[in-house]
Amino acid sequence: MLWTKIKRVTKAGVVNFLRNGWVSLATVLVTVVALFTIGSLIFARAILSTALDQLQDKVDVSVYFKTNAGEADILSVKDKLEKLGEVKAVEYVSREQALNNFVERHKDNTLIVQSLSEIGDNPLGAVLNVKAKETSQYESIANFLGNSSDLVGDNSIIDKINYHQNKVVIDKLTKIFDSTRNLGASISLILIFISILVTFNTIRLAIYTAREEIGVMRLVGASERFVNGPFVIEGVLMGAIASVIAMVIFYPFTLWLGPATEGFLSGVNIYQYYLSNFFEIFLILLFVGMGLGVFSSLIAVRRYLKV
Amino acid sequence: MIYFDKVSKIYSPSSIALDDVSFAVEPKEFVSIVGQSGAGKTTLLKLLIAEERPSDGKIFFESIDVNELKKKDLSLLRRKIGMVFQDFRLLPNKTAYENIAFAMEAAGRMDEEIEESVPQVLELVNLTDKTWSFPHELSGGEKQRVAIARALVIQPDVIIADEPTGNLDPLNTWEIIQILRKINDMGTTVLMATHNKSVIDSLGKRVITMEKGKIIRDDKEGRYIL
Repeated sequence: MLWTKIKRVTKAGVVNFLRNGWVSLATVLVTVVALFTIGSLIFARAILSTALDQLQDKVDVSVYFKTNAGEADILSVKDKLEKLGEVKAVEYVSREQALNNFVERHKDNTLIVQSLSEIGDNPLGAVLNVKAKETSQYESIANFLGNSSDLVGDNSIIDKINYHQNKVVIDKLTKIFDSTRNLGASISLILIFISILVTFNTIRLAIYTAREEIGVMRLVGASERFVNGPFVIEGVLMGAIASVIAMVIFYPFTLWLGPATEGFLSGVNIYQYYLSNFFEIFLILLFVGMGLGVFSSLIAVRRYLKV
Repeated sequence: MIYFDKVSKIYSPSSIALDDVSFAVEPKEFVSIVGQSGAGKTTLLKLLIAEERPSDGKIFFESIDVNELKKKDLSLLRRKIGMVFQDFRLLPNKTAYENIAFAMEAAGRMDEEIEESVPQVLELVNLTDKTWSFPHELSGGEKQRVAIARALVIQPDVIIADEPTGNLDPLNTWEIIQILRKINDMGTTVLMATHNKSVIDSLGKRVITMEKGKIIRDDKEGRYIL
């Protein structure tokens, strides 16, 4: 009996969906717009977060040691730094490495190369490049280095920490990261809210036109579930079709925008992102679409079931 | 089988639809309820299928108090009562066949039974050639015959018709009344509200006359007197 009921409800839902052609088309199109918005936000988030991560990765604090600092001492500072919770990575650049980097960077500038060879000795000290997990943590790392007893005073092996020179830039970047994330999140929430609301209301209007039918079904003895079942099936169909259409639209859309996004900071090509995350995105849109359809239908039908 | 016990329906103090109404209907009776618009005929029928609730009094259908029924059991009650309305109330997206089959599907009948019964009732109301027509392709009289077929197909104990001929011309009116008569002859109780004088006078069955929410006459072989 249950199987017969499921069969009847499913058939009624599919038949209604096809016979209400124009109404179904309208609700599908509105849902496509909603899902397209949500999909675009997924892409935007992918670009934004990689861009921010890469930008953040460029920020570090360098600890410059005096030329006479012993390697063992430097490595023990490195150990201490690595034990800090805020530190993500510490890179050790030896004196020779620093000199090589310097020569490499200025190989076209004969004046600098000449003056280097005139000095004869290596004037550069070793460097520790410290990366924090969050940009806001650089200050505490700098403070830690400044307060360590064996690192301060006249016999300190540290020449300078460039945090204080970079402080303004780091602070500003931290602020930009935070506000971009917050702004992005709130705009996303608002857009998602609007698109869900519009879809919900479209479905409600579509069912409003069937309110008398719902009453008639109840009066000829249909149970509540037998009445709202077909509407649930229609909602599922609508969400499924809309998510497929949205995914199809994203193909030319990302193909066209791909090169442009690759040039933008992060180097993420959203066409590549679309291809490699196809099923994840499709599943998200499918579930959102079907959920929206079923939920809106149930809420809308409920009002007219009270006969 | 139907018993109204001191039933009142008060929408607001200035609009009293039913005022202390009591009457009983025996099985296999054909009862017409007559009265002017606003006399309370439709309210009376709506109370019987619990589409509306009484303000006071009790309504029994086969010794069941219809207002004691839970929402789930309400559908079971309605499967024992076939409803026919003045405005037909067919499902616009379904063919004549599907409209009739829907009542059976809702009642949980088997597919084989549906395939057998629906053509039978369509034949009874003389609409075999319109089996696959949608309501908008049917005339008023044909729509009402589909509606009667839908009410009939679940083999109800009683058919309730609320001004079934209100939207029809004299010829279609006569046809519909003949069908209702035939159904009654086959043993189904019929309860019909109408204000069509010629219909009542030609029927020669029991007539309950209402005015301003009260029963003012109840005649065994009544005529339309107002």
